[in-house]
Amino acid sequence: MDFRTIAELVELAESKEIPISEAMIQKEMKIFDRSREEIIAQMAGHLDVMEKAIERGLNEEDLRSPSGLSGGDAQKIRAYINEGGPLLSGADVLDTVSRSMSVSEVNAAMGTIIATPTAGACGILPGCIFTAAERLKADREAMVRALFVSGAMGYCIANNAFISGATGGCQAEVGSATAMTAAAVVEMAGGTPAQSAQALAIALKNMLGLVCDPVAGLVEAPCVKRNAMGGAIAMVAADMAMAGVESVIPPDEVVGAMFRIGRDMPTSLKETALGGLAATPTGKRIEKDIYGESVE
Amino acid sequence: MKYRSVFDIIGPVMIGPSSSHTAGAARIGSAARSLFGRKPQRVTITLYGSFAKTYKGHGTDIAIAGGLLGFDTSDERIVQSLEIAREEGVEITFIESEEKSDHPNTARLLLEDEEGRAEVVGISIGGGKMEIVELNGFELRLSGSAPALLIMHHDRYGAIAKVATVLAENKINVGYMQVSRKERGSHQALMIIETDQSVGEKVQREIEHLEDITSLTVLS
Repeated sequence: MDFRTIAELVELAESKEIPISEAMIQKEMKIFDRSREEIIAQMAGHLDVMEKAIERGLNEEDLRSPSGLSGGDAQKIRAYINEGGPLLSGADVLDTVSRSMSVSEVNAAMGTIIATPTAGACGILPGCIFTAAERLKADREAMVRALFVSGAMGYCIANNAFISGATGGCQAEVGSATAMTAAAVVEMAGGTPAQSAQALAIALKNMLGLVCDPVAGLVEAPCVKRNAMGGAIAMVAADMAMAGVESVIPPDEVVGAMFRIGRDMPTSLKETALGGLAATPTGKRIEKDIYGESVE
Repeated sequence: MKYRSVFDIIGPVMIGPSSSHTAGAARIGSAARSLFGRKPQRVTITLYGSFAKTYKGHGTDIAIAGGLLGFDTSDERIVQSLEIAREEGVEITFIESEEKSDHPNTARLLLEDEEGRAEVVGISIGGGKMEIVELNGFELRLSGSAPALLIMHHDRYGAIAKVATVLAENKINVGYMQVSRKERGSHQALMIIETDQSVGEKVQREIEHLEDITSLTVLS
């Protein structure tokens, strides 16, 4: 019961006729000598933390980060949905967006979240899981299982590439989260392990090259909005895979491409706040306002 | 494999905003506290790279302080850790270093009290994971994700075999092992053993009493 790559994971699941979530649960049991109940209870606890973060971000009045750069946008989206605005991208996509932003805003406000796989990308997975559960009328168990799917996919990405903006740019952070989430939503929707892997590839391909350029080095701008869009991309990628669309480049090769792009990315675009949006006139001014002087 | 558990990916539960700058930093602080073995009176923390540049905005300083006080990454007291440290009489000083470090998120912690001192260097590698890369001048690699024994011993043949025998007799499997010494002939070496099972007190005492073993620290 072992896997290192996405291809191995899919093959393992298919040969044993088990879902990806089950392959991850069994691997965890074996490596750490823990019981199924213990592992599932821990993951269910994580799901509870995610739900609380969503609720907090959508309901707490005047939720702002210490810097004042973020907070309140999730509630704006929720109000827009409730007021029945044009909803050009559809109510479910916007629900995902508002939930993903909500968790990301709570994170910026030093609230409690689950790193998935990092805090900078913590909104995408909960935003999609809770919206998909509503749409699919999925129970708590299916949601917990989805977290194991995304963990399995993230495990393959993390051990073959990277998952933090500092090492591989935002494609490694929000990109990985989006890809892991797309795969998880596919299993919730009844897709096959191979379809989960295709959703991962489709999602990650659309994040390749994304740089990590946070204003003032903070996990706020543009991170909160990238979590929002990551949620939207994950849902669309999951739908594409469920429709039978396949990535021309196989999933592991897409991860390999992400790794090489990240390695080639200059340091100024890897969380140092020296390039990209952080280096714009406005980005610099905000940085100066927060720290009193440039932190370079 | 850098990441072994599904909870390395889906987790930790943490106080925001950054897994590398906040959660990873808290874990460096708590590992340093465990390695020191008691509450320090003074801690001097030197921050390098991205830690030095952005620590105020990410709460890296309060996260390390929280870890030093023994708070978990999800403990909401982290937000007030600097005040709590003052109340508890732990004096913490931060130094921003311009020096280039091998890893962008590096912190060097000097922990002191009347009985002694420990110097610990940690790096935060992403997703809340960290590694201790230096302890009192010894290079090492310690992830903190598995229980670990840190054993100071005389740099003599047979010392490692004796410890391994005790572990084998107690059915404790070694996941990863390394030996570090500052230079040949310095007479002191550090053995680091990550184990799959946690090591109980009885086994710890058995190891401590072995010939050539000078001290034992347990990280669990």
